[in-house]
Amino acid sequence: MASIEMKDIVKQYGDGFPAVNGVSLDIADGEFMILVGPSGCGKSTLLRMIVGLEDITSGDMVIGGTRVNDKAPRDRNLSMVFQNYALYPHMSVYENIAFPLRLAKTPDDQVDRLVKEAADVLELHEHLERKPANLSGGQRQRVAMGRAIVRQAEAFLFDEPLSNLDAKLRGQMRTEIARLQRRLGITTVYVTHDQTEAMTLGDRVCVLRKGSIQQVASPRELYEQPVNLFVAGFIGSPPMNFLPATVQGSTLQTPFGPVELDERRAAAVAGRDLLLVGIRPEYFEDASLVDEAKKHVGTTFTAKVDVTEWLGDQQYAYIPYEAPDQIRTRLRDLSKELDSEELRTQAIVSIDSTSRIREGREAEFWLDTRKVHVFDPETGENLTRDAEAGAELTRMAVEDREEQVAEASGGLTGDRSSGAA
Amino acid sequence: MSTKEKTLWIIGGVLIALYCLAPIAWIISLSFKAPSDLSNAQFLPTTASSENYATIFTGSGSDLFLPALRNSFGICLIATFISCVLSMFAAYAIARLDFPGKKFILGTALAVAIFPVISIVTPLFNLWRTIGLYDTWPGLIIPYLSLTLPLSIWTMSAFFREIPWEMEQAAQVDGATTWQAFRKVIVPLAAPGVFTTAIIAFFIAWNDFVYGISLTSTSASRPVPAALGLFSGASQFEDPTGAIAAAAVVVTIPVVVLVLLFQRRIVAGLTNGAVKG
Repeated sequence: MASIEMKDIVKQYGDGFPAVNGVSLDIADGEFMILVGPSGCGKSTLLRMIVGLEDITSGDMVIGGTRVNDKAPRDRNLSMVFQNYALYPHMSVYENIAFPLRLAKTPDDQVDRLVKEAADVLELHEHLERKPANLSGGQRQRVAMGRAIVRQAEAFLFDEPLSNLDAKLRGQMRTEIARLQRRLGITTVYVTHDQTEAMTLGDRVCVLRKGSIQQVASPRELYEQPVNLFVAGFIGSPPMNFLPATVQGSTLQTPFGPVELDERRAAAVAGRDLLLVGIRPEYFEDASLVDEAKKHVGTTFTAKVDVTEWLGDQQYAYIPYEAPDQIRTRLRDLSKELDSEELRTQAIVSIDSTSRIREGREAEFWLDTRKVHVFDPETGENLTRDAEAGAELTRMAVEDREEQVAEASGGLTGDRSSGAA
Repeated sequence: MSTKEKTLWIIGGVLIALYCLAPIAWIISLSFKAPSDLSNAQFLPTTASSENYATIFTGSGSDLFLPALRNSFGICLIATFISCVLSMFAAYAIARLDFPGKKFILGTALAVAIFPVISIVTPLFNLWRTIGLYDTWPGLIIPYLSLTLPLSIWTMSAFFREIPWEMEQAAQVDGATTWQAFRKVIVPLAAPGVFTTAIIAFFIAWNDFVYGISLTSTSASRPVPAALGLFSGASQFEDPTGAIAAAAVVVTIPVVVLVLLFQRRIVAGLTNGAVKG
């Protein structure tokens, strides 16, 4: 187990294109760090530089206190799960898992014990003699993880390990990975473009964009206090709505009526002209279903609903709105950058599943204005970010993790020593 | 598929099989005919005789045939082996590494492969005589390599390209050196490719006639195809048809055996299960 420190890591390809540009990141011992971002943001490249499959153009990669820039992958003692698993098809599951041990010239009886242990953890016992070709996707995934956990690696690296599984299995394996990491308490770096995985698995999440870090924070902080438009749009599903707004005193004029800001936020946006208001879908509600006691913290407005989607536990309504050309292009660029194709300017609002709001009709909505963020449309900067509140959220997450790691290491030493005896 | 379609397919298949196998059946039938029976105007021999086989193995033809058979086996196996090993490394480099001149190597290999053999055999004949390679095993192995290597490199690099890069990277992360990753992961996965290449290379060398007849003069190195051309009848009025037919059957057998033997190793889709399914 070890910490991983990156200092000004740069990766430039032959043509001078910087895939990773000045990334500095400290990953604590036992931490579960997620690298997330749209395709082409350099997250996989960064992971491959940690493991040593990709050369580092400049900067320092320090693992467990040693600079490893010039070390070959096999000398770094890391284990990795590849996106396509990369199992050895000519070997049985047993030999696949045993492969790293065989290379390390581990005695046979010890190999047998360690492989059996790993197989127990991953419930692969009845498959040990089979070839990877005869396994299902989920089983292959488990074999790949078995190969990673069988030896005492300094850290686990996952490169989009669940992207080839179907949705149901993905959910199961996600919790499995979380449980495994908590249990073993080993430093983990996990690359994904799926933000559900990022939010559920990570102690901290590092959002990358075009090779640069945007924000490193706990999932809660990313969600509540995003640093800019990019992070705000990337984290959350359905994504945050961005509405054009103009400032009038402490009030923002939006297509959905005026939004009143508190003192702190009003001061932050004072003197600005055109702005973007970021509103999460769940800040909206069907006005007829809102508690009277709560109503005063928000505003109500009427709008025509384009489409509704009823999902059983929740319901989404799509409300088109008009936006000036400048905002429209900005939003289109943003959605392109986030790997999505937003064709029209519309707000997605989450309403109670019992709501009877119908498509194509005017309806009255309520908007909770307390957590609304305001962004500068040019720079994308979040003008109303409360850094202290955000830091508090991350500090709480770090505390939680430390507690869990302490618990895990206590339980684990007992486990291992009994296994050795 | 309707019954009618099925019948048409069967009829078509049988016709093609007949067309392909008729000459072979004829050669086999011919090899069992006694000299007096050769022109009996029938497909089958009147009485099956093993006289022709006796001629080439123990009789007058044996001096010519048996050493030729030994030469052919030796020369072709050595040429195949060398070409497989060399092309394995070359193809690995071509498939995996980015180096200047990669396209040039592949282009040259192709150019060599399509170069007409007959145009270099005369200069080669003179050169070999001068440097003492004429009528020796190496004197044939080297030209055979020029025939087999280009093709081997092309087929083998296609096979290597099919192996996912991640296999090797996974091995390296697991603690393997480059050589260990190559030997323990890449080579076993490339085995079907190696066997396919070996068979093709062996055929090319085994079937060669031009080099065989031009660069040899005695049974020290003369291969079978050349020897077949030198068979003579019992008298000058008799054709050695029967003996040639028998020898042709004999030289076909190793090729058939080889294919049947390696066919099991050429399992398509050996890499199944390596990556996502």
